[in-house]
Amino acid sequence: MPRLSTREDLELMEKRILHDMKKINKTLIVCGGTGCRASRSQGVIEALNKELLEHKMDSKIHLRVTGCHGFCEQGPIVVIEPDNTFYCHVKPEDAHDIVIKTLLNDEIINKILYTDPVSGEKICKEEEIPFYHMQDRQLLYQNHKVNPLSIEDYISIGGFSALSRVINNMSPEEIIHEIKVSGLRGRGGGGFPTGRKWKECREAPSDEKYIICNADEGDPGAYMDRCLLEGNPYLVLEGMMIGAYATGAQKGYIYVRNEYPLAVKHARHAVQRARKLGLLGENVFGSSFTFDVDVARGGGAFVCGESTALMASLEGKVGEPRPKDVHTVIDGLWHKPTTLNNVETWANIPSIILKGAKWFASKGTKGSKGTKIIALTGRIKNTGLVEVAMGTTINSVVFGIGGGAIDGKSIKAVQTGGPSGGCLPVDKFNLPIDFDVLYEAGSMIGSGGVVVMDESSCMVDVAKYFLEFLQDESCGMCTPCNLGIDRMLEIVTDITEGHGTPAQLNLLEELADTVNQTSLCGLGKTAANPVLSTLNYFRKEYEEHINNKKCPACVCKTLIEYFIDSEKCTGCSACMHVCIHEAISGNKKEVHIIDPVLCQKCGICKSECKFEAIRVK
Amino acid sequence: MESLQLKSILRDRISQPHQLIEVLQDIQESFGYIPEDSMREISTTLGTPLIEVYRVVSFYKAFKLKPSGKYTITICNGTACHVRGAKLLLDQAVNQLGIQSGEVTEDGLFSIENVNCLGACALGPIASENGTIGHHMTPAKLRKLIDLLHTKEKEKAKNASAKH
Repeated sequence: MPRLSTREDLELMEKRILHDMKKINKTLIVCGGTGCRASRSQGVIEALNKELLEHKMDSKIHLRVTGCHGFCEQGPIVVIEPDNTFYCHVKPEDAHDIVIKTLLNDEIINKILYTDPVSGEKICKEEEIPFYHMQDRQLLYQNHKVNPLSIEDYISIGGFSALSRVINNMSPEEIIHEIKVSGLRGRGGGGFPTGRKWKECREAPSDEKYIICNADEGDPGAYMDRCLLEGNPYLVLEGMMIGAYATGAQKGYIYVRNEYPLAVKHARHAVQRARKLGLLGENVFGSSFTFDVDVARGGGAFVCGESTALMASLEGKVGEPRPKDVHTVIDGLWHKPTTLNNVETWANIPSIILKGAKWFASKGTKGSKGTKIIALTGRIKNTGLVEVAMGTTINSVVFGIGGGAIDGKSIKAVQTGGPSGGCLPVDKFNLPIDFDVLYEAGSMIGSGGVVVMDESSCMVDVAKYFLEFLQDESCGMCTPCNLGIDRMLEIVTDITEGHGTPAQLNLLEELADTVNQTSLCGLGKTAANPVLSTLNYFRKEYEEHINNKKCPACVCKTLIEYFIDSEKCTGCSACMHVCIHEAISGNKKEVHIIDPVLCQKCGICKSECKFEAIRVK
Repeated sequence: MESLQLKSILRDRISQPHQLIEVLQDIQESFGYIPEDSMREISTTLGTPLIEVYRVVSFYKAFKLKPSGKYTITICNGTACHVRGAKLLLDQAVNQLGIQSGEVTEDGLFSIENVNCLGACALGPIASENGTIGHHMTPAKLRKLIDLLHTKEKEKAKNASAKH
């Protein structure tokens, strides 16, 4: 493939690819994202390929393996263009029918259609599925359109035309102005105005500057960055190139979690292909703009999501944060001006350039513009990645797109923003997804994780979970974070074990305030949020643990007991055989009993029982 | 053989201390852990003090100082998995294998890892076996998976001794 030396080269290539695509009648899109792979989509892909070859349809039908479509719960997912027929939970043995019935005879296969869990109806087309049609998928829809390993696919949907436009028609100042007017704020959690960051970096005096893409998505319960980098790496790369051109950087890094092997692979592949085409390297599009990118793998430390810790890690050091008296846009990687943005922020850049700042700013609220990708997970019907305009209420995300509670339970809270965020109760679900509003309510958007909890989740246990997480992830450098989290965890553990006292709640609040005020970096400053928000909104649950020694959600082990429902037990002994603590006894075909002294509450008996005879009180 | 592999990892990175983490990632991938000898070699090749190499190895979760078992059972402890009962999965692995998270069974067959998030949150709780993700796991499903691996190994050993 020849190098793309001018904008005309790019336009010619786009035309040629689009011309070639006209020969294709139908496209079979199979999701090959991590979620669908876990549901064994690889087998489906192989089976479809085999069927296409067997029926000599491989030249007319295009099989496109894409990144994540977002509806992971329904995987493996197959979509057939141009009708957008949507098949879910597809198995390799369905491949034959898909090819013969749907592709050859336009016949719909009912068995693998999506059933709406609310109405119980079968739905044929992707856009008619409530989960999809209630969203505003500006970034995620592009995942359908590209094979992440094909730069041609990306160019066919207008890829790199934003880069071509800025290099040929815009000055760095004009780009920065456009980003500022768009109102784009950092999607990684901080919500700092992107345009301002770029401007400060642009103005920093240095002939050596850097661009960093933070793909060290450490928030447990969030995976939108993985999905973007895995599914559309060129989009992220193009955003970075525009940022480099605007700020005057010559070198960029994608710092990606090593736990995301597919994202590492796709990012590396994209960088290599872009170099080959001359999109990375010297004199891009024949201009004086020179920029190259390397992919660096993170070492699995949550604190490296913090910008200065991430930069230390890129320099090959221990990922400890440093004081930010001078901001990293002036004193960043190797003490040079550095612009660090999160994956989703970079991915938003090309469309802002192409469609304009006004278009972007037309979505969202006064202070939060554009769309936000949310990882909707937990105790809810439809889980997956959803993209909504900022300002959409939590209610419409959880009950509209998410379809509400599962197992006949009722939803009581959402946890947003990961370990730095907080828990919001149902009566706050009318709040919009907005940086400032959620912050005022004691939580934050963070990177966009929304974990739904119902009555089976104990809020004290959730606070304990996050404290354990943060204790493990604190780098230990500054005392308030290091010791403060330890002490808070001790208190919360006391409470979950039934020996908490009412006075400890005040102490907990006091400690939380100290840790917040005196810690060095974002990890410590926000470490108390999960405790404070649960204490604020779910104080009753804490009091129930302290005063009545009870865990209302039946989660905290010391306060619960497993027992066998004598009406349901058939005496099959399945539970007895798997209990390694020998806590279960009973004769065959007679009701069994659990010895509460021997029982370690590991739950294997409950999990093995086919008759739902084992319960917790 | 091992030293050849190590040499090829270090080849293009002589006197580049900022490559430390990348080098360690490659060694972890090739050897399954970071051998002590390799740390000395890295130290001299990159020009990073040995104590700094050790500090980095022990700071990041990605690096292990000991080899893992033949089968690594990884339990995801992300928030989404946690609210769907991931803790009971860890209990099951610990009870069944008789080791704690981060340890290896005496026969060298199994190790348990408890990690923060594997990024497959919509399908939780997740447990993976050598990187192959199992979704919507329950303690019962995990018990069967570990049993299956045990049986597989026993049969292998049996066949091997029959051949002799």
